[in-house]
Amino acid sequence: MSDTKKPNGINNLSRRAVLAGGAALSASLFTPKMLRASDFPTDVVNTTGLAVTDTTVTCGILHSVTGTMAISETGSVQAEKLAIEQINAQGGILGRKVEYIQEDGASDWPTFAEKARKLLVNDKVASVMGCWTSASRKAVLPVFEQHNGFLYYPTFYEGLEESPNVIYTGQEATQQIIAGLDWVNQTKGAKSFYLLGSDYIWPRTSNKIARKHIENFMDGCKVVGEEYYPLGHTQFNSVINKIRLRKPDVIYAIVVGGSNVAFYKQLKAAGIDPSEESPIVLTISVTEDEIRGIGGENVDGAYACMKYFQSLENENNQEFVKAFKEMWGEDMVIGDVTQAAYLGPWLWKAAVEKAGSFDVDKVREASPGIEFTGAPEGYVRIHENHHLWSKTRVGRAKADGQYEVVYETADLVEPDPFPEGYQ
Amino acid sequence: MQKAQIKHPFLTRRDIIGYAILAAVIFVLFPAILDSFRLNLFGKYLTYAFVAVGLTLCWGVGGILSLGQGIFFGLGGYCMAMFLKLEASTPENTAIQSTPGIPDFMDWNQLTALPWWWEPFYSLPFALLAVVAVPVIFAFIISFAMFTRRVSGVYFAIITQAVVAILAILIIGQQGYTGGVNGITDLRTLLGWDIRTEEAKTTLYFVNAVLLFTVLFVAQFVRKSKMGRLLIAMRDQEDRVRFSGYNVASFKIFIFCLGAAFAGIGGAMFTLQVGFMSPTLIGIVPSIEMVIFCAVGGRMSIIGAVYGALLVNWAKTTFSESFPELWLFGLGALFIAVVMAFPNGLAGVWVEKIEPLIKKFWPGGAKDTVAPAAKPNPAE
Repeated sequence: MSDTKKPNGINNLSRRAVLAGGAALSASLFTPKMLRASDFPTDVVNTTGLAVTDTTVTCGILHSVTGTMAISETGSVQAEKLAIEQINAQGGILGRKVEYIQEDGASDWPTFAEKARKLLVNDKVASVMGCWTSASRKAVLPVFEQHNGFLYYPTFYEGLEESPNVIYTGQEATQQIIAGLDWVNQTKGAKSFYLLGSDYIWPRTSNKIARKHIENFMDGCKVVGEEYYPLGHTQFNSVINKIRLRKPDVIYAIVVGGSNVAFYKQLKAAGIDPSEESPIVLTISVTEDEIRGIGGENVDGAYACMKYFQSLENENNQEFVKAFKEMWGEDMVIGDVTQAAYLGPWLWKAAVEKAGSFDVDKVREASPGIEFTGAPEGYVRIHENHHLWSKTRVGRAKADGQYEVVYETADLVEPDPFPEGYQ
Repeated sequence: MQKAQIKHPFLTRRDIIGYAILAAVIFVLFPAILDSFRLNLFGKYLTYAFVAVGLTLCWGVGGILSLGQGIFFGLGGYCMAMFLKLEASTPENTAIQSTPGIPDFMDWNQLTALPWWWEPFYSLPFALLAVVAVPVIFAFIISFAMFTRRVSGVYFAIITQAVVAILAILIIGQQGYTGGVNGITDLRTLLGWDIRTEEAKTTLYFVNAVLLFTVLFVAQFVRKSKMGRLLIAMRDQEDRVRFSGYNVASFKIFIFCLGAAFAGIGGAMFTLQVGFMSPTLIGIVPSIEMVIFCAVGGRMSIIGAVYGALLVNWAKTTFSESFPELWLFGLGALFIAVVMAFPNGLAGVWVEKIEPLIKKFWPGGAKDTVAPAAKPNPAE
């Protein structure tokens, strides 16, 4: 019933050749270790009955490619497939070619749980790259913990979680929020903040952290309003009026999905042009992917705080952007989450090779301290708490839909999923 | 009870054959050929059959098209999930929270105490009662308000849609109390019995199957009783029934509440077998899907409803596993094909195509008077 799609099954030769070329380039960035499968007998590297043979290892890809989340998650699927292709071009993992089984979560949380169980129980995949929304992660989490699966989760999220069966390759809330608030306070002199967001756990938790930080750790700063709107809400006129009345220095917006389009258009129509910076618009929810929907002219001048922008000028990123566009088309854009999804297969490879085994328990044990110098965002390292050390950056949106990076933290920011003093 | 010349036995011979085949499929065939993962999936599909059977009575027999059965499925499921969540939220399990001992999502939403209306759900008998009672009370309120005002047909269907939307928004909005869009997740044990193990899932499958047959027999009883015939009469000529002195509204209210009770039981079994409950099961789309299960099965046929739920959900899973990016088109094509080729659903295929074949080769069988096949009348 299930069919394994081989990564190269759909590619024509020329594209493969291009990819191999791209992979070889990126391979030169990491020290290429060509491991031979014969040095790692299957019965040694796989003692728990995972889908590992003498020549292949199978992982799962579990995202929504249909339904309302497909527009966001497709980028993650593409990045993961790219990473797998590049890993295979370098000789795979422990000399084994990585194959994948893709399942569709269909933007529906019970379906995610069903497919996760299928991947772990029926297909015995060695790891899973997947999930996007917190709701889908919460739905699959008990499945992964029960069947001892291993999930690489790419989205920036609210924290308050530290599962032994998940590596969180996106930022948790404090990493994303605190640096941005400090930056806008110090460089722009912002003192008053209006918090708003879509009504679910991520914006609420993020704004809670933002509020605590503003009130407790930033001298003389205050929150002048905090509001939430249902997912999919498209009427922001009342909040825009309140914003004009209270004249905050910063609108801190965590609006997601389709609501974004309405929010930024109405903001501009009401005469609040982000590029005039009065007030400043600071968001943590608009990546390059969202700008495609909103329209660059509507967010021109808004600031976003996250760990990755497509415009980052380092060699890793240039290679990554080039390879991504070669594989998926010139008009693709790459947002923060897409990049984080790309890290998943690489971090898994590094952990497996450090452990010398595909067994989940050994991969878990090997994971803390794993470094990835080839990350498009720069260097990342896995923390004891299964999140990544990463830098936080602030970008200024341009009309062409890209961000210009205006600030980056000097050091890696420590992930802190259960922040003291922010509860 | 009945006059001699009109015979309406509780089970005709073909009913007995139908139920026997269904029982063989559910109790013997599936457990024999499916591994525990697939069996659990089919158990999940069968929870939708509860809703579809209720819809057969409401819509196929009674002519009340409800596009809001997700409400009752969800309410039943949430009642069960609240009990399981409280059991899973022991102070030891939740020691990491600011307020240990309350469900995790409450802690994330800055609640520091359990809301009063969660308290009774510490009791399993209360929760089991609520699984049926909450949907029924809710259904009673909706149907009483509608049917005593003679709101029916398309207007009623639209109102059920609106109620579904309102309930889903309410649950998502009140996330501190309901878990919001994430739903109530990470359910572990039922009175100390771990519901996540393979053995537990197999046991739950059979519990689910037994409950389904109980519901099927209740539905069969209603269908074959005087009440069932009155419902058909109301569906086809409501005014005549009213002028004959029957209180049409109270019959409609009863059948709608019965459908809600079935859906509630299905929802509770869903929660037990899948391990969580979320608002995505309540919304407009799942509610319409439930009507599709019923339509594919043949909306007059109680047994057909079960096969409809099984076929559609099995097709969903199979298509989506084989063609992750195209499966929705396949499913859409299936629906169109079924509606075009077999307007009376699977039951229609059986009655019109397969039974004549059987009769041809085995003329002694199936002598019973065939209940008049559903005459295709518009969805009302």
